[in-house]
Amino acid sequence: MTESPKPDFEGLRARHPEVFDRPLSARLATPTMMIAAFSVFVFGLIDLEFSPSRFFSGLHQLGWIALMMIPPDPGSSLPVYLVALGETLSIALLGTTLAAVFALPVSLLAARNIVPSSIFRFPVRRFLDSIRGVDTLIWALVWINVVGLGPFAGVLAIAVADFGAFGKLFSEAIEAADRKQVEGIRASGGNALHEIRFGLMPQVLPVIAGQVLYFIESNTRSATIIGIVGAGGIGLQLAEQIRVLEWQKVSFLILMILVAVAAIDWISSKLRFAIIGRRAVV
Amino acid sequence: MTIAVSILPAQQLAVLNDAYRKAVARKRLRFALATAVFVATLIIAAVGAEVNLRTFFTHFGNFVSYFDRVLTLEDGTRVWTNIGEWLWGWQKWSLLLGETILISYVGTLAGAVLAFALNFLAAENTAPAAWLRILVKRFLEFCRTVPDIVFALIFVIAFGLGPMAGVLAITIHCIGALGKQYSEIVENIDMRPVEGVRSTGAGWISCMRFAVLPQVAAGFAGYTLLRFEINVRGASVMGFVGAGGIGQELVVAIRKFYYSDVSAILLMIVLTVFVIDIGTGWIRGRLFGRDRHA
Repeated sequence: MTESPKPDFEGLRARHPEVFDRPLSARLATPTMMIAAFSVFVFGLIDLEFSPSRFFSGLHQLGWIALMMIPPDPGSSLPVYLVALGETLSIALLGTTLAAVFALPVSLLAARNIVPSSIFRFPVRRFLDSIRGVDTLIWALVWINVVGLGPFAGVLAIAVADFGAFGKLFSEAIEAADRKQVEGIRASGGNALHEIRFGLMPQVLPVIAGQVLYFIESNTRSATIIGIVGAGGIGLQLAEQIRVLEWQKVSFLILMILVAVAAIDWISSKLRFAIIGRRAVV
Repeated sequence: MTIAVSILPAQQLAVLNDAYRKAVARKRLRFALATAVFVATLIIAAVGAEVNLRTFFTHFGNFVSYFDRVLTLEDGTRVWTNIGEWLWGWQKWSLLLGETILISYVGTLAGAVLAFALNFLAAENTAPAAWLRILVKRFLEFCRTVPDIVFALIFVIAFGLGPMAGVLAITIHCIGALGKQYSEIVENIDMRPVEGVRSTGAGWISCMRFAVLPQVAAGFAGYTLLRFEINVRGASVMGFVGAGGIGQELVVAIRKFYYSDVSAILLMIVLTVFVIDIGTGWIRGRLFGRDRHA
């Protein structure tokens, strides 16, 4: 075996000074950032009252809980749970549909190519932003104050929270639409409404339908948790069973949620492909 | 002015019109059927969710006036006429908001480190063994499908009330979400550097460190910052189940009808989320900006 020639270190050094002689500040930047991030982390652990003993006794407790969860068993309340799951799916579907119906006209007002004047667009956008800044669970609490405990409050909470998100997403989809078809409608003598109906909507609707389906999917997850504050559905059952420490029922409910979410995922991705073809989604 | 539109012979026109009508009729029928199925599903869902339009309309006034009440101080004046009275608890709330941000920071960082350790095992092109990949992928899926607040409910019982349960819940959820996003980035890398490093006789860990990591670091950082932002929102409601942060104060204010406090706390949460959004957006811009120069 022949020995490979020694690399020409001096030549390399001379040719690529930026690799070998980086300034001190550049070399120190990454370690400094890491140390800073780590010290904030340690400060956080202390401030949030982490202690090894608490952590390990909690872990012990958790292992015990996990053992108690096996095997998952609904007891005699399977019918109740199935009804609750149906309620959750209904909440997700209705909430998302309501949000989409109300968000479509508002999103037109927030789109640059429909409302060119930023004086009108700006308040609409900030309004949508502030709705989005408030979590679905908070909306659920507010609606419970208004229409009482139950799944209806959940529907309204999801509708309001998604209204903000849809308004933004739809207006982005509208802004991305092709100008030429709108101009074509105008050239053939259509008025502003015709432009929106025949020039914009055929381009925008498939995109919007894809987004709505995607949200129904993610709202199935949100709908499971708003039950925790009393807005109906399977989350209500789950929170109750956790509070009374019925671990076998808890694990059964979690499994039900996982299966339901997977099923909705599957159905909505099939529908999405049927509506918009095999193009990239969202 | 002469009109230059040529009119097709009647026969040809009839055939074309016929074909057009047929095509449109089929499309319309399909649309009508889909709409009917959708409306039927909605009606079933409405019955299932106990939708009651009468309650809605009788109480809708309540919803509107709720915002009126929320924006009114106890002495009947508007909140913005007396900012000091409105934000009377700002010191306490700022501390709790700080705790919320800290919960989300610690949870995100711990989750990111663990997701980082796991993602190379879950990505198709870097996984050392197929069975390991499938195992890790299922684990990540479980972590992100169970909502973080459900983990928080269980952890509050195991670890006791307080921010620790919130941090751990966010960590678990973060492992699932970031692990998936990280491994997707890794699956999209250029494999030639990996082959280059492997051809020098390097082991698996060196391959990851010197060939994969430089390609994915910026993407990882971007997703982590985005996740931090999402987790601040998530941490703001952890208090609802007793897992620390501002949520506890908010839920008490809503349930006990301390109207002006509700708006004050919400205002502070929205502002905080807004500031964090802008801050992480700025850092992301700098990270990716610097990358372009390199």
